[in-house]
Amino acid sequence: MRLITGLLLPDEGKIEVFGLNPARDPLSVQRLLGYMPQRFGLYEDLTVQENLELYAELRSLSPAERPARFRELLAMAGLTPFTSRLVGHLSGGMKQKLGLACALLGHPKLLLLDEPTVGVDPLSRRQLWQIIHRQVQAQGLTVFVSTAYLDEAERCAQVLLLHQGRLIGQGAPADLMARMRGRSFQVKVPSEASKRALARQLADRPDIADAVVLGNTLRLVTQAPASPALPPGLVPEPTPPRLEDYFIATIRQMAAFRPYIPLDLGRKRNAVPEAVIEVQNLKRKFGDFYAVHDVSFSVNRGEVFGLLGANGAGKTTTFRMLCGLLPVSGGKAYVAGVDLRRAPAKARARIGYMAQRFSLYGELSVAENLRFFASTYGLRGPMLRDALHWAFSSFNLEPFRNLAAKDLPLGYKQRLALACSLLHQPEILFLDEPTAGVDPLARREFWHHINSLAEQGVTVLVSTHFLQEAEFCDRLLLLQAGQVLACGAPEAIRRLAASPDNPAPTLEEAFIRLLETTP
Amino acid sequence: MPRLLALIYKEFLILLKDWRSRLVVIAPPLIQLFIFSYAATYDLTRIPYAVFDQDRSALSHEVLAHFRGSKQFVEVAYLSHDRDIAALIDRRRVLLVLHLGPDFEERIKHGQPAKLQVILDGRNSNTARIALRYVQAIIGQFNQNIGAQRAAPLVQTRAWFNENLQSRWFIVPGLTALLTLVVAMVTCALTVAREREQGTFDQLLVTPLTPLEILIGKTVPSFIIGLAEGTLILVAAVTWFGIPFRGSLGLFYFALALYLLSAIGVGLMISSIARTQQQGLFGAFMFLVPAVILSGFATPIENMPEPIQYLTRLNPMRYFLTLARQSFLADSSFAQLWPELWPMALIGAVTLTLAAWLFRHRLY
Repeated sequence: MRLITGLLLPDEGKIEVFGLNPARDPLSVQRLLGYMPQRFGLYEDLTVQENLELYAELRSLSPAERPARFRELLAMAGLTPFTSRLVGHLSGGMKQKLGLACALLGHPKLLLLDEPTVGVDPLSRRQLWQIIHRQVQAQGLTVFVSTAYLDEAERCAQVLLLHQGRLIGQGAPADLMARMRGRSFQVKVPSEASKRALARQLADRPDIADAVVLGNTLRLVTQAPASPALPPGLVPEPTPPRLEDYFIATIRQMAAFRPYIPLDLGRKRNAVPEAVIEVQNLKRKFGDFYAVHDVSFSVNRGEVFGLLGANGAGKTTTFRMLCGLLPVSGGKAYVAGVDLRRAPAKARARIGYMAQRFSLYGELSVAENLRFFASTYGLRGPMLRDALHWAFSSFNLEPFRNLAAKDLPLGYKQRLALACSLLHQPEILFLDEPTAGVDPLARREFWHHINSLAEQGVTVLVSTHFLQEAEFCDRLLLLQAGQVLACGAPEAIRRLAASPDNPAPTLEEAFIRLLETTP
Repeated sequence: MPRLLALIYKEFLILLKDWRSRLVVIAPPLIQLFIFSYAATYDLTRIPYAVFDQDRSALSHEVLAHFRGSKQFVEVAYLSHDRDIAALIDRRRVLLVLHLGPDFEERIKHGQPAKLQVILDGRNSNTARIALRYVQAIIGQFNQNIGAQRAAPLVQTRAWFNENLQSRWFIVPGLTALLTLVVAMVTCALTVAREREQGTFDQLLVTPLTPLEILIGKTVPSFIIGLAEGTLILVAAVTWFGIPFRGSLGLFYFALALYLLSAIGVGLMISSIARTQQQGLFGAFMFLVPAVILSGFATPIENMPEPIQYLTRLNPMRYFLTLARQSFLADSSFAQLWPELWPMALIGAVTLTLAAWLFRHRLY
């Protein structure tokens, strides 16, 4: 993307944009395009209107043209009521919509969007895509989008699949998916307990390209269009292919086959299901405003539990209260059997936390980071040594031992972050949008780790915007306006939103429908 | 305790691993030490002056010979017209003009007081005043030589402690106060803000470390670095600049510890409020600049208006500055230094408590 804009120069090869070479003539090219980088350069201390005016100035939009153009774009982005609000006070979704509006200001012929929906809730995400589609249809605009989410890529006319800097597929999503016909299956798993082990066994089989746990079912992709031979009691049902299936299957064919080695936390699985997180009438007040109001739920040991909600629904607040980052205003909250209101430090010793952003010390080496976090959890002597040894070998970090954490490749940064949060063998692992912006392959590896932790009795609480991520969870809690909207397995939530005209909604459709139908 | 040590160790690693922050801790204090010591002096040398001698007599030549023979003065122009005076001073060619009237010699010979006019560039009043003092000293000597006084009382001055009244002896001990404050405050003001900015703060807060432990872990490195900085300047002052240290080292370090605690309290308050390192740095300088001005480092507190003098009592640097100067040049006792010690202890206690409170309330 940066090569197209002329912000970065190619070492070799040629790019032509509207017949111009961006490397030689970046200014002429930039005049023709609108570019929205991953973090759009909005000024947080200026209002929506001031930001628009600034970008109009930069795009040399004539003052006569401005009022009409502003009105049009603000209405389109649904930001008209917020023109005098500071950008710093907008939600993630609103910021992205404003960024898009700014990128569209100068009537570009080509719009470049770099991962426009990272950190955006499903509702805003859908609106963003509606704006993009409208621009394409009404204005004849060409839009070039990069994304790590292949369900988004399915909405495009043409896709280019890149892996490790190489092009591995190109074409219309429908054509690419058609090649996968007869290779995607869904399997109902009878007993809760074995689905993760089963998924792992299947994922390691050479005839199966992909096996993931989605709620109570497994989704399988075979290497050849034939129904896979499964252990008795399991019936594969054909299911429509996804673009992601094509991506994964293609990479699995290319790369040397590397079986997944399950993480061994060195702990026996506790067979007795018991609640490890219990929340009753949880409240959190900010001034007069209840960000979380009367939320109750419980999470069992070894469960992967998803916390969902639009921006401002109270999802982050609930999450932060449960991992002890925010005091509780009212209600009861027990985490790992410890009352959060009485002994927060004791509760914190039993949980692991992995933030959305990379949140380790970038200047410190891998070993120093691990050693520091192990020490803060009170590990010493042989226990410390064992924990470090476990982290280096389980996450394959040995080759990077003395590298500064900030210089690690992205996938390894995530491994290190997970390792740091698991050193003290926590009972509960808190994950805040763990795979935002991560490619499907790395996301699979990450969820393999999460699944093997859950198998060993670690409870996992995930807070996420992305419904693809939510599909990996056992149960979901949907929050809106600080209250519980729905709670249950992904299938149950889908069923809740089923209607005569859409009997089998996707999780995203179900989520949006539930948000819209509840006052 | 081991958890706390791990945190302190980590803070040091972060501070010293990044070459930028390493530079902040080491380079500016050294540079400032040398700049201040060599450049900042109240002593004038080589004052450029012009002469407008209307008398041109033996006696007027004798007066001027005193100036020409002095190391402090350099004659740059000899005027023959009074209209040239203004231009020279306007363009800063000279700092002063000596004007001797046409009847200079005659009046002295008749036993009358002769007049010598000194026209000074008063734009920098401080410099002008010092130059005038030098002129008066030279004239005084001349008067003695010609025996013009009618037995004027002879004033013999004798300075104690800074026997030669060298301004370096006055400035360098003050640097222990200035530079330790800068380094301790800045490192401290950046420490929490850095974690906030890099998103590591949450990761730190979910560990079993209590807020108090985190606070102590953030304080100790600044404290140790401040002590090291103070020691560095102390050693440089004594060995490089040859300034005597006549007081008690124990007392000096005790006071330095109190001083650092009060500085760190302020630094932590800033750090707890600041969201970004930029805000932290800005906040530190918002405190540092008035603190230095109101400390008596450059201008005496006694010269300040009374309300401002009261304000200086809130400034920890004021106390340590006085104390450092006393420790270097005079061997003051604990009792003599007590008026400087207890306010620092009090300020430290208040700022640290406030910092702890702010830290807890700004966590969320």
